[in-house]
Amino acid sequence: MNKFLAPAALISLAALTLTGCTDNTTGTTAGDGTINVVSTAEACTVSSNQVPGGTLKFNVKNEGSAVTEFYLLAEDGLRIAGEVENIGPGVSRDLVVIAPAGSYYTACKPGMVGEGIRAPFSVTESAEGPSVSADRASLQKNATELYSAYVKDQSEQLVRGTQNFATAFAAGDEQLAKKLYAPTRMHWERIEPVAESFGDLDPILDAREADLEKGEAFTGWHRAEKDLWSPTGYTKLSKDERTTLAQQMVKDTKELQWRTTELTFTPDKLSNGAKELLDEVATGKVTGEEELFSHTDLWDFQANLEGAKIAYEDLQPLLVGTDDQLDAQLKKNFAALQEQLDEHRVGDGFKYYNQLTATQIKDLAAGVDALSEPLSQLTAAAVK
Amino acid sequence: MRQDKEETSVNLSRRLLLTAAGAGGAGLALGALGHLAYAGQVSEPAPSDQIPFYGEHQAGIVTESQDRMHIAAFDVQTEDRQELIELLQAWTQAILAMTQGQEIGEGGALAGSYNAPPTDTGEALGLPASRLTVTIGFGRSLFLDGETPRFGLAGKLPEALIELPHFRGDMIEAQRSYGDIIVQACADDPQVAVHVIRNLARLAFGKANVRWSQIGFGRTSKTTAQQSTPRNLFGFKDGTENIVAEDSQALEENVWVTKEGTDQAWMVGGSYLVARRIRMHIETWDRSTLGEQENVVGRLKSSGAPLSGGDEFTPPDFAMPGRGGPIIPKDSHVAVVHPSAHGGARMLRRGFNYTDGSDGLGRLDAGLFFIAFVNDARTHFVPIQRAMSANDAMNEYLRHTSSGLYAVPPGIQAGQYLGQQLFETV
Repeated sequence: MNKFLAPAALISLAALTLTGCTDNTTGTTAGDGTINVVSTAEACTVSSNQVPGGTLKFNVKNEGSAVTEFYLLAEDGLRIAGEVENIGPGVSRDLVVIAPAGSYYTACKPGMVGEGIRAPFSVTESAEGPSVSADRASLQKNATELYSAYVKDQSEQLVRGTQNFATAFAAGDEQLAKKLYAPTRMHWERIEPVAESFGDLDPILDAREADLEKGEAFTGWHRAEKDLWSPTGYTKLSKDERTTLAQQMVKDTKELQWRTTELTFTPDKLSNGAKELLDEVATGKVTGEEELFSHTDLWDFQANLEGAKIAYEDLQPLLVGTDDQLDAQLKKNFAALQEQLDEHRVGDGFKYYNQLTATQIKDLAAGVDALSEPLSQLTAAAVK
Repeated sequence: MRQDKEETSVNLSRRLLLTAAGAGGAGLALGALGHLAYAGQVSEPAPSDQIPFYGEHQAGIVTESQDRMHIAAFDVQTEDRQELIELLQAWTQAILAMTQGQEIGEGGALAGSYNAPPTDTGEALGLPASRLTVTIGFGRSLFLDGETPRFGLAGKLPEALIELPHFRGDMIEAQRSYGDIIVQACADDPQVAVHVIRNLARLAFGKANVRWSQIGFGRTSKTTAQQSTPRNLFGFKDGTENIVAEDSQALEENVWVTKEGTDQAWMVGGSYLVARRIRMHIETWDRSTLGEQENVVGRLKSSGAPLSGGDEFTPPDFAMPGRGGPIIPKDSHVAVVHPSAHGGARMLRRGFNYTDGSDGLGRLDAGLFFIAFVNDARTHFVPIQRAMSANDAMNEYLRHTSSGLYAVPPGIQAGQYLGQQLFETV
């Protein structure tokens, strides 16, 4: 425990010392360039109010008794260049932000209310640091707008696809319903973290039977899947039951689509969402557990991969010039995993999971791990 | 941690016993060895690495958590009540000897007939008692085969010994779950714990057989006030608010079965052991940001303090506002399972980290073997697990692969056998 607490305590001491010495003067930061911020109910003490441009790292210590926030605001005092929220009492959090030369404001917001305790902050031209020409805030905004449009498009396609599937399923046209099942679900799987964020809709649309408690209704895609690829001993749904299930799926999917229009995205939501999509592949698809009866797990795999790639591509401009190595690694590993998956393509679709050999499955799992590891670095690179 | 001096004295006692067994000759009955040793122990204080076997409650519950565990469930093959009792008697003698750092059986590991296999398997020779405790409990299937009572135990099944329900997301593997009798062996030396299960399994052949067994390599709870809080495989402190041995009121209210709290007189002074093998998706966990990890747990990874501030033992403030909801997220683990969300119901947790090799997909099969002792799983486990399976953000990284509930009878005195209350209480 002590070994973890010690650095925080040192930083806090350092902050106090530095502020004492450098009040209203320029250019002093901790040895590693960290700018220390101490937030209390009355004060927002920043260890330095003028630093050279580049990657700035603030360490914000909350010494108040309420939750605080810290902002780096642009010259107009409105646009947010960087922020860190939810800093509990006694807790330290870092804010890493790439800031070009210019005039800014720092602001602590103890209790998360009001304008915050503000002070001017200046970033000077840096001689050796990376030149930051682009406005990262606008790059981030652009990324989230692109992704938001993608979610909108996928959820609309999901509604249309679900309607077609539901019609075939309700009518008892098993052949057509089976054909539509996997391709339609791909729209869901591409935006799965978004769909799952609606805690009430996710279980009724996408729960597997094991996800439910005794007595809970088994509905949604996997109920239809079980009925279409029914295992031995399973009693098929009647026409009325099929119709009810189908209508419910359409209704719930429309609700989902409507709710996605209300969503706002932040860059970390994109990158964390991409990571979650690969987690889904790792824990559900590559194990063959998602599509227990249809064995169409590779369709889901493909869709998860595409969804993650879109999020990465939307964020990619934020890596240019600041983390080219990560960018190159991700580009390479996305392509490599796609290539691996392409080996299992059959016609418009893929092999069924139960047609894969143990070695093929292990190779796919290794490919997922290879991509997931650098992908987990994307958030830190994109939010700064 | 242990002093060399103590180890020496215990090693000595194991060797002394060896001599005694040799001198005892062929006439010694299986149990006599244990009694001999017990008689010896009464006159001198037990070395500090021996945990007393006899007592009001079985050892291995409030005993300061040892570092290692081997737990096994047995299915009883025989349908003969007397044979089952004889098995429990033989086990009791063997357990007594092993908790004193001694070998089991006539001749032990080395001093028996050259033409017969040794009665003790021998891998614990030279090892100290290592604070070994062995705790046994009975599964529902010992009492009932479907609806039919077994072993003349009609009317003895406690109401609280329910079948645990299916919780959301459960992926229970029957071959790792349930069982007629549970045997939890805990020690600071893994070899000592494994020695117990191996030798008890050997004594049981023909009467009972191992249904499943599990090794835990590191404790994930503190069960005394002075013990430090260990970390689980998520890298977080686990068991900060566990019930500790010194808190007798919490034990009375949550752990020990009381006369008023049970329909079965034989369970008074006993407890219920809940076992759940919880696999952790450690690879995906390791790729999640520190921020995500702390929001999932609701505590800081560094100190274990709640996100609402303070130190490890500061009570969480679930009402403290943060941006977008409470600073301790509503779906964080601590918010979902905290006693304040469950009418104050608490458990004595005694789980262990495990890893069972890998899963064939290049990942470790690792997690937490959850063990909790409660006086009634219907009030102290099921509601909490139900809430967890429905609302806990941690579920994304967990998979429950086994389940078991066992009635742990009270402790015994010299001359009694483990579980005797079940067979002899009217």
